[in-house]
Amino acid sequence: MPALWRSTFVLVMVLLAISRPSLASEATGNGTEHTITTLPIVIWKWEEIHFPYLVALWVLVSWLCKLVFQLNPCLTRVIPESGLLICIGWVLGGIIYGADKVQTFRLQPFTFFFYLLPQIVLDAGYSMPNKLFFGNLGAILVYAVIGTCWNAATLGLALWGCWLGGAMGNIDTGLLQLLLFGSLIAAVDPVAVIAVFEEVHVNEVLYILVFGESLLNDGVTVVLFNVFDAFVSLGGAQIDAVEIIKGIISFFVVAVGGSLVGVVFALLISLLTRCTKNIQIIEPGFIFVLGYLSYLTAEMLSLSAILSCTFCGVCCQKYINANMDERSVSTVRSTMKVFANGSETIIFVFLGISAIDPSIWVWNTAFILLTLLFIFVFRFIGVFLLTWILNQYRLVPLDFIDQLVMGYGGLRGAVAYGLVLLLDENKYKEKKLMISTTLIVVYFTVMLQGITMKPLVTWLKVKRAAVSERTLAEKIQNRTFDHMLVAIEDISGQIGDNYMRDKWNNFEEKWLYWLLMTPIARKSCDPIFNIFHKLNIKDATSYVKEGERRGSLAFVRNENKADVDFNKKFGCIDFMTRSSKDENIFFLRDSVPSVCLDMHEQDLKMRESEDFDAHHLLQQHLYKGRKQHRHRYSRKQLEVNKDEHEVQEIFQRTMRSRLESFKSAKMGVAPPKKISKHLKKDQPQKMPNGKSTDNSKSHAYGDEDFEFSEGDSASGYEAAGGSFPMRAYRGAGIVNPAFMAEMDTMDPMPPMQQIPSWLAETEVDSSNMVPSQRAQLRLPWTPSNLRRLAPLCLSTHSNDSFLLADSPATQEGISELPPPPPPQDGQGQGTHK
Amino acid sequence: MHIVIKLFGVPLSCPITNSMNIWFSCFLFIIVTPAHIVRLYDRFEALDKEKTGHLRPQDFGAINRLAMNPIGDRIIGAFFSPGQETVDFHSFVRILAHFRPADKKHPKDPSMPEPVNSRTSKLKFAFQLYDQDKDGKISRAELLQVLRSMLEMQVTEEQLESIADRTIQEADLDNDDAISFEEFRKSLEKVNIDHKMSIRFLR
Repeated sequence: MPALWRSTFVLVMVLLAISRPSLASEATGNGTEHTITTLPIVIWKWEEIHFPYLVALWVLVSWLCKLVFQLNPCLTRVIPESGLLICIGWVLGGIIYGADKVQTFRLQPFTFFFYLLPQIVLDAGYSMPNKLFFGNLGAILVYAVIGTCWNAATLGLALWGCWLGGAMGNIDTGLLQLLLFGSLIAAVDPVAVIAVFEEVHVNEVLYILVFGESLLNDGVTVVLFNVFDAFVSLGGAQIDAVEIIKGIISFFVVAVGGSLVGVVFALLISLLTRCTKNIQIIEPGFIFVLGYLSYLTAEMLSLSAILSCTFCGVCCQKYINANMDERSVSTVRSTMKVFANGSETIIFVFLGISAIDPSIWVWNTAFILLTLLFIFVFRFIGVFLLTWILNQYRLVPLDFIDQLVMGYGGLRGAVAYGLVLLLDENKYKEKKLMISTTLIVVYFTVMLQGITMKPLVTWLKVKRAAVSERTLAEKIQNRTFDHMLVAIEDISGQIGDNYMRDKWNNFEEKWLYWLLMTPIARKSCDPIFNIFHKLNIKDATSYVKEGERRGSLAFVRNENKADVDFNKKFGCIDFMTRSSKDENIFFLRDSVPSVCLDMHEQDLKMRESEDFDAHHLLQQHLYKGRKQHRHRYSRKQLEVNKDEHEVQEIFQRTMRSRLESFKSAKMGVAPPKKISKHLKKDQPQKMPNGKSTDNSKSHAYGDEDFEFSEGDSASGYEAAGGSFPMRAYRGAGIVNPAFMAEMDTMDPMPPMQQIPSWLAETEVDSSNMVPSQRAQLRLPWTPSNLRRLAPLCLSTHSNDSFLLADSPATQEGISELPPPPPPQDGQGQGTHK
Repeated sequence: MHIVIKLFGVPLSCPITNSMNIWFSCFLFIIVTPAHIVRLYDRFEALDKEKTGHLRPQDFGAINRLAMNPIGDRIIGAFFSPGQETVDFHSFVRILAHFRPADKKHPKDPSMPEPVNSRTSKLKFAFQLYDQDKDGKISRAELLQVLRSMLEMQVTEEQLESIADRTIQEADLDNDDAISFEEFRKSLEKVNIDHKMSIRFLR
């Protein structure tokens, strides 16, 4: 609670600051009018900056409101955020009205349609689950187009009937005006719907239906609005069959044309991202600018801007995500969310503020209540009717409860309000009544239906979204299912959905990938491979986390044991993360070992007799001091703080340390790893140089960290115990996770042990057969170990319980191994004690 | 020589040699409705170029698009029970019946044997596509074969192998380095099989 009060106080202060413009403008007015007599030291320049200043302040205020709510989770659990934002909008509006006696701030249609809406639509399109969307596109279109027309027509007609019957008293309107009103208020609002449905996690089919419908029917409703607006302007007498047919044609042209504009822009974006590799910094910017342009272009051509922006987002997501750098993708994602969420917040706050203005309120009980009733009833009827028709054709019919939730989820929102403000007061005498009715409808649906939605979903036991962890098995199986269905359709001679999907996939793979994707992206775009890659990364991060936690904790208690264990895991994982992070490395892997072999042998002779005292150690491992390369600033590049000399130095050092590891491996002498701290500290610094070295040999990158740590070798192989064989193996620069697994299990194999790892590696490479066999031999246990660790790492916060939970898993892993040969006897226990 | 059999108001025209099959299939109408049988019978005849009343693997191979399907030959194989060279209409329908969406309106009669479109039998069908040697387990090599055919050129052999290993580790509960049917079922517990293994026209 104190948090709430504090924030409220801040809000009030900000508001007071805002509501002072009258004073401020007077002051500046005085200042500028008079010719100056002396040099002013500071001037009050409110007048010049007040517009951007107010905008920025309002954005800040709205976002602060959101912050306030998130501090009170018990509040947001009951009332959806959108409702709360509207409430605080009322409060703010009240304060402003109290201060100024007029409502200074209102949501302007232009601001709404051109500055607030586009990013929401673009974000919705961009983060749309593609497969689900296109899989249900038919149903979504039926709901969006026919459903919206149904809602508009029935509401208009029913209101007209009541008006004719005299239920509303004396208001100046007509059939066309009421139809127009019906069409503007017909559309389910994506902003409101997403805000509510994101909090109740309904199953994915239901979600995509409601979400897709709300997104597309905005486009439809704007089109309908324009058509009816034109009809009203023409006047009832002018409208004949030709005009109506024209209206219908324009409806389809506007909707389809808008979508096409969106698709064209999606193609453009995808093509652009193909060649933005060298300007990675503004790469994400293109998405936003072009997305916005698609909106504006469609608007310019008087096509449906919302549809255009939606389809732009939906169509381009796959290709740009594949084309762009991973970093840019996450930038786009998060920025998109910032914009969308931000403007959503602003919209709701202003929906609240706009209401506190007596000048817009006209009360007509019958009109308002009837509208509310009709909207509610016809929405349900429409949903039931359309679902019944759709269920005749759907593979998985929607059940009754789903339909209820769909009907109940018909929240109206800001689009309706924006549209109603666009009305021309000269043509529509009852504009104010329409505005107040729209506001009431919005409040009613967002607040009441929004609040009751969650209990309803729980009460009806709607199928919730299954929280499924994507696994490789599932992904592979999904793919098999696809192929299977296509094959069965072929055999039974039917042309069905699967047939069409298969056709499309072939077309996409053949042409679109070629046209829209960079060659590298094309290679790695396979979903099975992708999920494999992601799982690896996930494992790696959890592994590192676990290693850090474990290492740091155990380090304090018992130096020796912890060291061994931690080092082992850490080094291993480090390796893995990097290799899997960069696909290029994956693919370049084949060209690895030959180069470094030569270097090794040369260096070997040169530095045979060298010993490792502390001096040398420092000299080798501390970077040379260099001025002014750490904190350079560049607008063009992300990684500026790397120095070419340093890269050189690091490279040389890597080579040197590789030589050492080679030497030690050959002599049967392995340095123990002691400096676990080094590992951690040096990692970030060294990241940059990876890029430069991996051109020549991708693996130089991978092994430098642990090489580094083993530089100070002193004790022999026996002393090193279990950690040795694996490390030596790592030195060979294997980058494939397939080999990763072998590292741990390397030791039980006596013949391999004696061979320096890279030699083994080259043999393997020349024959090209051995790795697979080796992989077959003993892959299973290490990664399974990995998998088991992952959940543990997530779930445990207390370290003690973590260690407890973990130890059985490790032991288990060990026990699966074949019993190690005698010389290595001690190692199993040594490592995992 | 054709006879016309009227079955639940649906006239079925079929050669006498196959009438027994048709009748037999009609006992299966719980899993496939008469209308489907008519359609499938037309298809069966179209595939059966030599009019023997039996389909051979070559007949399936003649379907163009099936040849492009990476697991097409496995699907074809699934139609032929072990040791048999041909498939008659009855088995043909029985196999396709796997792909009928589960009927939610009529809850299963416990006294009846499990229908072929139940979740378990659907999964069994999917499972045996992998398990080519019919030992009840998907071995690493078998999985690798499927992966190889599905991932084509994009991925190198070693990556394939590590994917296969990883998949087996995910599913493998008893650490025998292979996926048994139980494990297979477990690994797909969250997947809505009825969605994924159903075809609309068989509804």
